[in-house]
Amino acid sequence: MIWDWDYFWEALPIVVGDGLWITFQVTLLGSIVAYLLGMVLALLRRSRIRVVSTVTWAFIEFIRSTPLLVQLFFLFFVFPDFGLKFGPVTTGVIALGLHYSTYAAEVYRAGIEAVPVGQWEAATALSLPRARTWRAVILPQAIPRVLPALGNYTISMVKETPLLLTIGVTDIAGAAFQEASSTYRYVEPITIAGLLFLVLSYSASLLVRWLERRVGTLH
Amino acid sequence: MFDNLSLFVSTISRGLLLTVEATVGGILIATVLSFVFGLAMLSRSRTVRLVARIYVEIWRGTSEVVQLLWIYFVLPVLIGYRIVPLVAGIVVLGLNFGAYGAEIVRGAVQSVPKAQYEGAIALNLTPAQRMRRVILPQALVEMVPPFNNLFIQLLKGSALLTMITVHEMTYQAREVLIDRNIDQAWLIWTLVLLFYLVLAILITIGMRLLERWAARLVGRKPDERSIFSRRKKPVLAETVSAGGGPL
Amino acid sequence: MIRFEDVAKRFGDHVVLDGLNFTVAPGEFVTLIGPSGSGKTTILRLLMTLEQVTSGTIHVDGECLTHVRRGDRLVPADEKHQQQVRKRIGMVFQQFNLFPNMKVLQNLTEAPIRSLGLSRAEAEARAHELLDLVGLSDKVHAHPTQLSGGQQQRVAIARALAMRPDVLLLDEVTSALDPELVAGVLRLLKDIAETTEITFLCVTHEMGFARDVSDRVLMFDHGHIVEDASPDKLFSEPDHERTREFLSAVLERG
Ligand SMILES: Nc1ncnc2c1ncn2[C@@H]1O[C@H](COP(=O)(O)OP(=O)(O)OP(=O)(O)O)[C@@H](O)[C@H]1O
Ligand SMILES: [Mg+2]
Repeated sequence: MIWDWDYFWEALPIVVGDGLWITFQVTLLGSIVAYLLGMVLALLRRSRIRVVSTVTWAFIEFIRSTPLLVQLFFLFFVFPDFGLKFGPVTTGVIALGLHYSTYAAEVYRAGIEAVPVGQWEAATALSLPRARTWRAVILPQAIPRVLPALGNYTISMVKETPLLLTIGVTDIAGAAFQEASSTYRYVEPITIAGLLFLVLSYSASLLVRWLERRVGTLH
Repeated sequence: MFDNLSLFVSTISRGLLLTVEATVGGILIATVLSFVFGLAMLSRSRTVRLVARIYVEIWRGTSEVVQLLWIYFVLPVLIGYRIVPLVAGIVVLGLNFGAYGAEIVRGAVQSVPKAQYEGAIALNLTPAQRMRRVILPQALVEMVPPFNNLFIQLLKGSALLTMITVHEMTYQAREVLIDRNIDQAWLIWTLVLLFYLVLAILITIGMRLLERWAARLVGRKPDERSIFSRRKKPVLAETVSAGGGPL
Repeated sequence: MIRFEDVAKRFGDHVVLDGLNFTVAPGEFVTLIGPSGSGKTTILRLLMTLEQVTSGTIHVDGECLTHVRRGDRLVPADEKHQQQVRKRIGMVFQQFNLFPNMKVLQNLTEAPIRSLGLSRAEAEARAHELLDLVGLSDKVHAHPTQLSGGQQQRVAIARALAMRPDVLLLDEVTSALDPELVAGVLRLLKDIAETTEITFLCVTHEMGFARDVSDRVLMFDHGHIVEDASPDKLFSEPDHERTREFLSAVLERG
């Protein structure tokens, strides 16, 4: 028998128990880094100082065009040179956060550009200081509408956490692989990992869709 | 400090061909699957639509890493023999990105104005002729920019093939170079990143040429963007499905 | 040539046509007028099979467009049957609907080749003839996007004629045009109407044109025919109050 239900039920709690929490943690922390750093990048991109916006643009394009896995290795092997002794989970969170911040920056940019020009003009007409215009007028209108798009990137991030198994983090896929390697039975654990990701990303997508209905999307 | 530069470059270059093969192979399969399943999602038959939908949701909803592990470790158990790693990798890239591409094709076809269908009906073209002669050529222009992004994602995804021992660029750096040159890790990884950047730029140039050609096809003036710049998709209007995804 | 029998059309709960009966004789030029939303476009779209009837039947040249007989029952026609019947029908749209991915020539040859099975040479000869007729011989190799609205509409008329239709449907074909381009297109249509045997069903707000070329005018309101008369009668001494109101509203605006 190739497929063994008994083993399936035996392996399921192990994979979930060892991996789910890490997957959740990495995704959550990675998202927070990405959303915050993405906002910084979006604002730098809009800087009036030419050099700043150009360098930011180049950085975003560079990160977006190169593999997350290689970026992860870069950080993993180069951090120690600077005396930074991060654990693999921290390194993974930083890599994911950095990578996805460049996508988040694009989302924010689109959100900011979708705020009608009239809003800027009204703020100017009221002599609001620039910082206040951003904080009180533009961002409160832009942010709710970018949430669904950001949510989509979080879903992508969930599916990229297994990359971290290359630096020794046991997320869902890592846990499944560990279980499989220790028993030499690959079929059930790895299938379990696949099913878990399907469930996770599907339920997350329902959440995003709900969010989309709440805030509407931009076009 | 740069003593080993040429060693590094030549070692990484040894993986270049495999990276290119995996990417091109993946792109070919993904493109075919995108059209097959993208059109299937628009079929009149519920069953056909359902099958296409299931394919798309499964391949977008599971992780690429898990897909690789599955095809490399599980499938051999089920079918009784091992698949060549490169082939396994190309198949996964094709199936995975084909699922995203199917959504692109579906969206682009649906974006062609309804009036064009009606014009074609009024000239008594058959459904197949309508699609092939009138709708698809117009949808093509809409597809090229998102496919550009998709292919770059696919290129990036090819780095994961290192996990199933395909000796592509990332593998060369990780398994051949890094242990003996750990003190120059930053240089090695920077070089690898630059290799990928160049490949990504080449994809963009190719797709920009394709886009200009497609735009001329429908009598639109190609826009003035430089040939190097990717068009950003309207990130906020993307449709959500189990996949989501940075496309 | 065209026969509507008890035709009803609903969109959801919204009844657009209900128990509609009328016929058009071969070679006749019939104009439909009436207020916005009265169902004129819907009638043309039903004939072109762009919409399906809710109930009732439509016959074109004795052949049923909407239904086929299966055993002793009438069942809604499938795509194949509709293709067979709508071969005789052509339509010109308000927004032209030229194919932007084809040059002018190919817009005219595509359907004759694919649908009528003409050879490329025959189709092209016919296309050149028609472009000549509509006065656009010099635009053979232009893209539709490079043409003015009036030119695009004339290409669209030529494209419809290239199929040698027995029936030509015109839905407000000048409404999207700049005022100075309207006259040219109307003159062209009048020419075609007078020199061919084609049966016309035309929706227009150009009352002068309607009066000039129509054999009969049907006044619609809420999906019903209010008045069915010759243009002279209908425009100078309409029987119905509703027609009078409508005409004075239109003429005032014009
Ligand atoms: N696809 C559709 N779905 C729902 N309602 C429709 C649809 N098409 C038409 N209708 C409705 O049917 C009615 C008749 O529409 P139709 O387009 O035939 O009017 P019309 O006489 O051509 O008007 P106009 O002079 O403005 O073109 C309208 O009330 C319209 O809202
Ligand atoms: Mg109308």
